[in-house]
Amino acid sequence: MGDIVIETRQITKTYASGSNSVHALRGIDLTVRSGEFIAVMGTSGSGKSTLMNVLGCLDTPTSGSYLLDGVHVESLDRNQLAAIRNQKIGFVFQGFNLLARTSAVENVQLPLLYDRSGKKRDTHALAIAALESVGLGARVDHEPSELSGGQQQRVAIARALVTKPAIILADEPTGNLDTQTSIEVMALFQSLNDQGITIVLVTHEHDVAVYAKRIVEVRDGSIRRDELVKDRRNAAADLEQEERNAA
Amino acid sequence: MKIQTLVRLALQAIRKNKMRATLTMLGIIIGVAAVIVMVAIGSGARARISAQINNLGTNMIVITPGSANTAGVSQGAQAFPTLSIADVDKIRAEAQYVTAVSPVVVSRSQVVAAQANWRTLINGVDTDYQTIRDWQTDDGVFFGADDVRAQHTVAVIGHTVAQRLFGTNEPVGQNIQIAQASFKIVGVLTPKGQTAAGTDSDDVIFVPYTTAATRLNGKNRIPQIVASAGSQQDIPAAQDEIRGLVRESHRLAANDEDDFTVRNQTDLAQAAESSTQVMTLLLAAIASISLLVGGIGIMNIMLVSVTERTREIGIRLAIGARGSDVLTQFLVESIVMGVLGGAIGLALGVVGAKTLGHFTGWETVISPIVMLIAIGFSGAVGVFFGYYPARKAAALNPIQALRYE
Repeated sequence: MGDIVIETRQITKTYASGSNSVHALRGIDLTVRSGEFIAVMGTSGSGKSTLMNVLGCLDTPTSGSYLLDGVHVESLDRNQLAAIRNQKIGFVFQGFNLLARTSAVENVQLPLLYDRSGKKRDTHALAIAALESVGLGARVDHEPSELSGGQQQRVAIARALVTKPAIILADEPTGNLDTQTSIEVMALFQSLNDQGITIVLVTHEHDVAVYAKRIVEVRDGSIRRDELVKDRRNAAADLEQEERNAA
Repeated sequence: MKIQTLVRLALQAIRKNKMRATLTMLGIIIGVAAVIVMVAIGSGARARISAQINNLGTNMIVITPGSANTAGVSQGAQAFPTLSIADVDKIRAEAQYVTAVSPVVVSRSQVVAAQANWRTLINGVDTDYQTIRDWQTDDGVFFGADDVRAQHTVAVIGHTVAQRLFGTNEPVGQNIQIAQASFKIVGVLTPKGQTAAGTDSDDVIFVPYTTAATRLNGKNRIPQIVASAGSQQDIPAAQDEIRGLVRESHRLAANDEDDFTVRNQTDLAQAAESSTQVMTLLLAAIASISLLVGGIGIMNIMLVSVTERTREIGIRLAIGARGSDVLTQFLVESIVMGVLGGAIGLALGVVGAKTLGHFTGWETVISPIVMLIAIGFSGAVGVFFGYYPARKAAALNPIQALRYE
């Protein structure tokens, strides 16, 4: 097991909803180590999206501590959180969330443009390299509308990878894709994970979760189950099987 | 982000909505074009007036008879012909600040040449008059001191008169009849164009005042004396000096009022100039209202744009943009829109001013400073009206913005 990338202690999140308060998270203890591939599962309303937002530094916990890659992020301000998101986290969303009418390479370059660390880098070359690593080296100048859903999600993954973040957070990355493409995307995640990249994936589909190494199930704002995947599937092998079946 | 990146982003965003951006910029375009045209016309009018003032002569002082006060009734200038050659001689002999002085004996008469005749202004003047009014000759010469002393019947004619009487023929050396006297033409003057009052300066004939007095008027009285001060600064001193000398010449007692008036032409010039300045300001003020309306248009469309692009803002915030990055992005966009509109408006305004000048004959002047101000002002409109929408964009919550459909 590698170093600890994420360590949360008793994270709670309470929203005020009119006169009531909604307890979205009720004390989450979660540790993610480098090189892990975790699937966070849960039904709608379970609190997994809130957990995702907190882990992704899009939101701050009401109480509890959150250590991300050695930084206590629970007390950071807006701008500091933006910098953390930029440097330590790579996001992959369900709806791809690429900028329309903007080429793949420009989409991938975007996080580098917001980097304030002052490093002089060839952002274009880095973006091309990231696109090549997700198998889209030939489509760098295509706009999202010219790409299939699977390709768009690959561009989004390249965008998440380009800053070399501590962790990739994928929120229902296969939610908008058909089964075949979903497996392709999961194969990409598995291969990235094999290269040592830490991935936290939020999904409500068990079929998707079984490609991860560990499943964390959230219900009513608490972790109900946290165990290793027993019969972990290999997406690449599944794809080959499908091809053989089709033939 | 680098400024080039920001401007490129802004141009991309504008290009994605060409029609909308154009319509938005139209307000600024019309506003700037209107300002440019108005200011061009106003400055043109001012330039024309100052050119006409310079045309009047160098540091000119005019002495006219009158302002006599008879039993408490003030008479208008020229009510009484109180000036005489003696006054001119006294000024010439004694005034220190005056470099040139000449009487002006005015009459209007029919002039007959071999082929044509024409009614025009005949001015009897001294040789100094040429310097005072800064007349140049195209052809021949101005008459000299000998001609004045000997009362020669010689004449220098204006460009308009030359054309009327001789067409394309050479006038110098020809004879013309003015009031039964025959005058030999010795020179043709370089045209000066219109006077400030709108009359033709070139519709004139100059003859020696001595000749005019004996041959044309038969009077010794002089309706006007013009003089020239050594420099602009000397004008007030020269005016005082002339006033003292003429009073002496007229033997006025200390408590007597002047029976003549001494004026300098720059007084008139300043009055005329300030009135056009007021007009220019007024026109510019009206035009800037349309700039204001243009700015409101920008603000409106930027607000729409921020709402439309909520998701884009969410993406940018999620991947690490700060609020200030988003603010800058939208602010640069509205500035680019303002400056672009300003540039197009400037081009249209320049073309419009030239076209208007071409068809109306009005002079138009567009200075580079006005252009810079126009562009700068449109940029400022972009900042002012773009700030609120940009701040709204920057304040968005990334989670909600990402969820926005």
